[in-house]
Amino acid sequence: MPMVTFEHVSKHFNRHGGQMLIRDRLRHLLRPEPRELFWALRDVSFSVDRGESLAIVGQNGAGKSTLLNLATQLCLPSEGTVRIDGSVAALLELGAGFHPDLTGAENLRINAALLGLTRQQVKQRFDSIVEFAGIGDFIDEPLRTYSSGMRMRLAFSVAVNVDPDILIIDEILGVGDQEFFGKCFERIMEFRRAGKALLCVSHGLNSLEVLCDRALWLEHGCVRRTGPVRQVLQAYGEFSSTPATAAAT
Amino acid sequence: MPARNPQITIEQPHTTAPWRGDLLFLLESLILKDFRIRYRNMSLGLLWSLLNPLIMMAVLTFVFTKVFINPNKQFPAFVLCGIVPFNFFTIAWGSGTSSIVDNAGLVKRIPMPREIVPIAAVLSNCIHLAIQIALLLVCALLFGGTVNIQWLWLPLVWFLEIVFVCGLALMTASINVYVRDTRYVVESINTVMFWLVPIFYGFEAIPRRFVEFYQFNPVAALVLCLRNILLHALPPPTATILKLTAVAFVTLALGALVFRKGKNAFYEQI
Repeated sequence: MPMVTFEHVSKHFNRHGGQMLIRDRLRHLLRPEPRELFWALRDVSFSVDRGESLAIVGQNGAGKSTLLNLATQLCLPSEGTVRIDGSVAALLELGAGFHPDLTGAENLRINAALLGLTRQQVKQRFDSIVEFAGIGDFIDEPLRTYSSGMRMRLAFSVAVNVDPDILIIDEILGVGDQEFFGKCFERIMEFRRAGKALLCVSHGLNSLEVLCDRALWLEHGCVRRTGPVRQVLQAYGEFSSTPATAAAT
Repeated sequence: MPARNPQITIEQPHTTAPWRGDLLFLLESLILKDFRIRYRNMSLGLLWSLLNPLIMMAVLTFVFTKVFINPNKQFPAFVLCGIVPFNFFTIAWGSGTSSIVDNAGLVKRIPMPREIVPIAAVLSNCIHLAIQIALLLVCALLFGGTVNIQWLWLPLVWFLEIVFVCGLALMTASINVYVRDTRYVVESINTVMFWLVPIFYGFEAIPRRFVEFYQFNPVAALVLCLRNILLHALPPPTATILKLTAVAFVTLALGALVFRKGKNAFYEQI
């Protein structure tokens, strides 16, 4: 059974959704206007098996992040079914929930608890997380004294030490120096060898080609092409380097 | 791509893998986080927890014993029995209400049981509350109260109050996502509550036909219980305890229900 299954998944948002005050609600109640929908994803189907990894590419606004959020179950599909079989760790935004006034160690514990680690696991893995991050004594300093690179290293170290069945990564491999990038890359390859599933969004096509075996190309929320990673990325690379589309991005 | 009618939404079974983390550990982490953030940047730290109720106590005592003549020798302790529950109620409910919107980064980015956010917001006020309860006990002893067996009721009545506030917070935190004015409505209710909870007046002063109504107000019920226990060494009235229990748990159930209804669309609304 696949670990991640999308069956005819569509997702739309209200174009004027979001913040609503009482007067907006009342106005809408009195004069119902047809809601303008924005379709972030339309009829997307795919599945990812154990040990497989899928690259998701597309231009800004193509629906990549929406797809990852659905896989992470942060929101429900408007149509279709999303099935997830296994624990998920998502690196959607590094250090979501980090607070600048707390120390690195305090943020580490909170973040680990949020990602689903138990008290015992945090105690056991604390040292290896700090070591992987390679930030040394800074771990007891407030986060606001960290450089953005250090913050990213800490967040990434927590996430890869959660040991999930499914790892979801959104455009994070671009940050960090060469050495740390190499470490992360190696860790992700270990994941794959351990038979876990990987969903990966990036604009760094070269690293995607090494990390993933299949790719899904999204355009305006629809699947434009799917297949072996090399073919899809090559087609996407040619498409986005043509002058007309380069101007659009 | 098949053409789809945007008005029709097909409901299909949607399996959700349960969150496999350690709920208690997460709750504790979030409570400590709130608490640390609040106090780390205050040079006087916890002293602020004491200062606010003490000032309120002094002002109210001045107004209601010197301006309006009141022979009650215990008045400072009497009024503090009202201030401490009222302060906790307003602050905990207020921070619970805005918790989901304030923590949008967490709610939109990390899959976790979202109920934990307003509950942690309420409970993080409990450390603050514990200090104020200690102040209240000291004050009760200074103004003629004695340590007595009835003090054993204190954990129960406070527990019920916290359950009640958790329920309210779940409800309004969820509604606040959809209608952002909710937090201002909560603030207004809290202002009105200062007069409708017997803080600076006693239950004896309330006309008989309104007493029933007061007893269904958990904050007022708590004030009554505290005065009985701390100032008169009397047990809280059984009827009050029963009503407090009923209201607390019904509110919690209702809050959980409203939250469950609302939480699926938090992502789109925040």
